[in-house]
Amino acid sequence: MNVILPAPIVLPLIAAALSILCGRSRLAQRIIGITTLTALVALSIVILVRVDSEGIVVVQVGDWPAPLGITLVADRLSAIMLVTAAVVLLAVLLYAIGQPGVDQNHVGFQSTYLMLAAGVSAAFLTGDLFDLFVAIEMMLTASYVLMTLGGRLQQVRSGMTYVVISLVASVLFLLTLAFMYAATGTMNLADLVGRIAELPAGVQAALAGLLLVVFGIKAALFPLYFWLPDSYPTAPAAVTAIFAGLLTKVGLYAIIRTQTLLFPSDSRPATLLLVVAGLTMIVGILGAIAQEDIKRIFSFYIISQIGYIIMGLGLFTLAGIAGAVFAIVHHIVVKTTLFLVGGLIEHAGGTSRLNRLGNMMATAPLIAILFLLPALSLAGIPPFSGFVAKFGLFDATARSSEWAILAVGVMVSLLTLFSIFKIWVSVFWSPAIAAAEPDDGPAKVPRRLPRLMLVPTAVLAALTLAIGLGAGPLYDLSDRAAADLVDPNHYIEAVLGP
Amino acid sequence: MSVLMAATAAVLFGIGTYLLMQRKLSRLIIGLGLIGHGANIVFVTTSRRGSAPIIGTGDQSDFADPVPQALVLTAIVISFGVTALLLALAYRSWLLTDDDEVADDPDDRAISKASPDIEVDDAEMEEASEEEATEPGVVA
Repeated sequence: MNVILPAPIVLPLIAAALSILCGRSRLAQRIIGITTLTALVALSIVILVRVDSEGIVVVQVGDWPAPLGITLVADRLSAIMLVTAAVVLLAVLLYAIGQPGVDQNHVGFQSTYLMLAAGVSAAFLTGDLFDLFVAIEMMLTASYVLMTLGGRLQQVRSGMTYVVISLVASVLFLLTLAFMYAATGTMNLADLVGRIAELPAGVQAALAGLLLVVFGIKAALFPLYFWLPDSYPTAPAAVTAIFAGLLTKVGLYAIIRTQTLLFPSDSRPATLLLVVAGLTMIVGILGAIAQEDIKRIFSFYIISQIGYIIMGLGLFTLAGIAGAVFAIVHHIVVKTTLFLVGGLIEHAGGTSRLNRLGNMMATAPLIAILFLLPALSLAGIPPFSGFVAKFGLFDATARSSEWAILAVGVMVSLLTLFSIFKIWVSVFWSPAIAAAEPDDGPAKVPRRLPRLMLVPTAVLAALTLAIGLGAGPLYDLSDRAAADLVDPNHYIEAVLGP
Repeated sequence: MSVLMAATAAVLFGIGTYLLMQRKLSRLIIGLGLIGHGANIVFVTTSRRGSAPIIGTGDQSDFADPVPQALVLTAIVISFGVTALLLALAYRSWLLTDDDEVADDPDDRAISKASPDIEVDDAEMEEASEEEATEPGVVA
């Protein structure tokens, strides 16, 4: 049996257990965390290279044949997601270690973080719908703990909202699985394909719709996004960064996987997805413009950017899905970087509210540069990764002649740029108006930034530039991943045998 | 039998949904427990009923389908863990505020206040901003 696929799930779990045992020494915990995640990066790169050269890798855990046992599958999409997730997890862990504050030094932080890593890996690698449920639950339970680790009032308040909405989504997911099992008698993704095709069209559409609602809550699609901007900003910067980068993307991955694989092309909710994508983009960016707090603005950006990815999927063409895959990679990196920079701004300025920050161009020019790189990338300015992602998506949309959604996409891009200028002007260029308010918190003097916070942020910011400049190979890879997704027969053959 | 199970699930979902609409955390948690059980019952109902599926104890065509039961067991364990976490959060909330009611978001209120169309109670608004001010920031 092949050990390379279970390793990204098992390794962080063992490390999490070890980390609890080493609870007395923060140093030992940190060494365990960094070593494990470095190994995870290496492992996921090995998986990606192997999947790209040899095709889909399948492991039947315990050697039980496919529809009966637990199946782990890595195709190009899962491998790409795994690599991106591992890199981001490692960078954010380093940032969290560098960031002063009680939450990150809590005895449970490192082990919970590793549990989250295991859950994310499991969600990307599983080939079974029920295991996907378990993986998402593992990831979410870790995220509940990370979000409320400090136990502050604001955290408990917004943590409650987050936990309750996630639990309702989980119950809906379980219910959907029950209906699916009742209709087909299997939970294995590859086995489901053939059995769903035999169902009446109405049942197919109902199952597709139910799965879309369930994962739509996790991915924060319109109109199911309302929990996200309330809950994300209250956690410490490092935690918010990893939530923003990975958690909603697991929902997106699940949407892409189930909608492309499980349902025959005539029962896919393509038009619905395009409408939802447009509304998600518009509502997200309008929400961002209305906000006065950097972390909340960034949270609304997550929503509007998810709209772009769903737009690519909604086309259900090779070019559209390739654009969506590239956009996910770009989005994970950029979003995480933005939140890390938000943490730096908060650290240096003492607050994250726009009207209390100012003049940071003079006091912290390095932060200004680090903010500008991912922010321009998010708006889609060349030569950053966002430009390539948006160009690919718009090109695919134009080729499918979906002009309405294309217009919405371009308009939202402009509004994103406007919103970024709003942050830029009030945080970096405006005079330090904060001095007029005497009662506003401790940090007037800019503080020195810990190097461990700066370096991971700078590396991720450089990565978004690198993805933009060296987009060719990655875009080819996304194209090949999309080709796998458009024709699910390879997937089914790899899992069930010819 | 199936009708009875379906009716039970429906009642559980109905009561659970009502409780989810409440603002008190304790009621929310009970509501979540109820709809969770509703989903579990639906899942168990999907399986074929019969004798215990142990090889060698009887005719295999009479066996119950064991898969949904195994899956539901996993789901029960997960919801058990999360409910424990929720209770801890509710207790924490009660320690901090002497109440387990879920409060409004201060930022949402600030933005509603900025809009001339929506009236916001000033006293509540001040209370919210005081809460925010007394709370130690992440970097402090």
